[in-house]
Amino acid sequence: MRFAFTDDQLGFRDSLRDMLANECPPGALRACWTNDTGRVPGLWRKLGDLGLLGISASEEQGGLGLAEVDMVLPLEEAGRAALPEPLVEHAAVAIPIVEAFAPAVLRERWVPRAVTGEVTLTIALDDAPFVLGADSADLVLVWSGGALRAVERSELTLARCRSVDGARRLFSIVSGMGGGESICDGERAIEAARDALDRGALAAAAQLLGLGAAVLDLTVGYVKVREQFGKPIGSFQAIKHHLANALTALEMARPLVYRAAASMAARDASRSIHVSIAKARASTAAQQVARIALQCHGAIGYSTEYDLHLWMKRIWALAAAWGDPARHRARIAAAVLEGEGQVYP
Amino acid sequence: MDLEFTETERAFRAECRAWLGAHVPKTPLPSGDTREGFARHLEWEHELFDAGWAVVSWPRKYGGREATLFEWLIFEEEYYRAQAPNRVTQNGIFLLAPVLFEYGNDEQRDRILEPMARGDHTWAQAWSEPNAGSDLAGLRSEAIRVEGGWRLRGQKTWCTRGAFCDSVYGLFRTNPKVPRHRGLTYFMVRLDAEGVRVRGVERLDGDEGFAEVFFDDVFVPDTDVIGKVDKGWDIAMATTNSERGLTLRSPGRFMATATRLIELWRSRRHAADPALRDAVVEAWIDAEAYRWYTYGTVTRMVEGHAMGADSSLNKIFWSEMDVRMHETALALLGPTRELEAGGLDAEGAWLKGFQFALAGPIYAGTNEIQRNVVAERLLKLPKG
Repeated sequence: MRFAFTDDQLGFRDSLRDMLANECPPGALRACWTNDTGRVPGLWRKLGDLGLLGISASEEQGGLGLAEVDMVLPLEEAGRAALPEPLVEHAAVAIPIVEAFAPAVLRERWVPRAVTGEVTLTIALDDAPFVLGADSADLVLVWSGGALRAVERSELTLARCRSVDGARRLFSIVSGMGGGESICDGERAIEAARDALDRGALAAAAQLLGLGAAVLDLTVGYVKVREQFGKPIGSFQAIKHHLANALTALEMARPLVYRAAASMAARDASRSIHVSIAKARASTAAQQVARIALQCHGAIGYSTEYDLHLWMKRIWALAAAWGDPARHRARIAAAVLEGEGQVYP
Repeated sequence: MDLEFTETERAFRAECRAWLGAHVPKTPLPSGDTREGFARHLEWEHELFDAGWAVVSWPRKYGGREATLFEWLIFEEEYYRAQAPNRVTQNGIFLLAPVLFEYGNDEQRDRILEPMARGDHTWAQAWSEPNAGSDLAGLRSEAIRVEGGWRLRGQKTWCTRGAFCDSVYGLFRTNPKVPRHRGLTYFMVRLDAEGVRVRGVERLDGDEGFAEVFFDDVFVPDTDVIGKVDKGWDIAMATTNSERGLTLRSPGRFMATATRLIELWRSRRHAADPALRDAVVEAWIDAEAYRWYTYGTVTRMVEGHAMGADSSLNKIFWSEMDVRMHETALALLGPTRELEAGGLDAEGAWLKGFQFALAGPIYAGTNEIQRNVVAERLLKLPKG
């Protein structure tokens, strides 16, 4: 038992944190609310150069060939920066699904270019019904008629759905999902859909940890300088206790996400349950942190001129995406409570 | 990251499970917080000690088996899984012993540790006073220097199992002239010494689990002072981390509670409010969170890092989780939950557990104090 990351994993996290602080500052994020793509110009290819887009792709296809446990900290950093790119859909879900389930011809056509960022992949599922970044993507994986299909964006008719988070450009697919090519069908497709949900939920949970940490940092910084009654409001117990609760919620959610990542990497038989635990708890923890952050900021946090809402709305969105807490609690209940088996072996 | 236990650790778990399966009393012992139950629990402690399970992580010379921290966690998981009796020796072996290991001397360790582990010598903590609870450094009980030792005067309260133990340990003021944290010394005191009076106090659940202890010029020899005179506060604070953190409440306890809660839900699922299903799921997630948080903590400790103020965060979490789990269980029991025995919970174990859980956010430093610690030490917020 060694429940900790390696120095290499921590080093990659730190370098990505620095890179995103420079390349995706709050101003760039804010611009994504109103630009044409919801994406930061030029950033996608830089993420490709860094290896992040192909982190889980095989080395034969030009990727780094790393596992979920190597991806969880980079995804947390993407959350910390509230990165407005379809990183989860592309790097954490679509690429591994294409590699694991698609015929070789599809794999070879798309994965090498996805790894560099030349093309963008995204995905629609029953558990992820709104397609993030579909208008700027090249290939959309869709569940249609009992099969998982790979459909080029140009074949699809899309309708924009407005997310509470203006940097998340969501679409529903109006028509065309039966086109393109089949990735897999039957039992394989059901397995692929489950795997995609596990991968997407884990990646969203990791981002929620980073988002929660970012809003907590922002709030701690604010209450140290905001003065009322002649003192920093952070010296008042009412504020301290709120923020202690926020830190406790976040720190106790964190190991569940890391454990789920290790479970996924090891293809543990219970990995879907571990992912559901992680996503349910990361969602509720991040939402609790956001609620506390807003309260401790007071009216300034309620203004869209201040940055807090950019992070808070991403938290709301990701808590709902890739299975909301109720969906994941139901998955846990079905597996653990409804059975007769032992809870712990 | 490696989530598997080693072969040695798995073998250790199997050995724990086999021994506990064969020896844990089939019917629960009477409460260890009553005089009769305390005596029965000490018989169990003797049995544990003789088989080498009383203090698995201690050196062999004091009765341990030099288990690693992960092995100790495994032992705890198995102990609670087997529903073995509560450890009435815990305030000695988990709270005083770490102080002796770190700050005591060889004479004290040789004299005190083995009888403590065997259950022959039992210890209660004497920290709080009527006017010093959360503000512990305001304590007033004093120790006056005399030939060969000290004379203690004052009053301690809320001493767990103090009515049944034979000794206490606690802080007394040895120097009233220096700032209040500076003039305190860590003493061990026999309760049969002349001038000591003990009065049992009934707890919320009706057991005589508490005691008040009055000290009227009680002589304590120099050999029963731990560490340096006037340095008691630093010693006490250095070791409270083990109380709030790992040792007092290891994950096995809550894994076992969550397991029993799921079993209760399974037996009641058709009659229970469907909303309780989510509360049960959340309880299990809590137990998992604490388990993996602790594996992370222990990994850091094995790699040489000390547990710091994060033990306060830990204490907030386990104590409030324990209350939530018991509240959920009582809700599943429906109207019979008010019965101390004879309802759906035949022995009233959940009701008793609930009343005990309610103490968690209060003892070992109230959760309000812990939240201040988390805010000031971990988040670096300014002192109020």
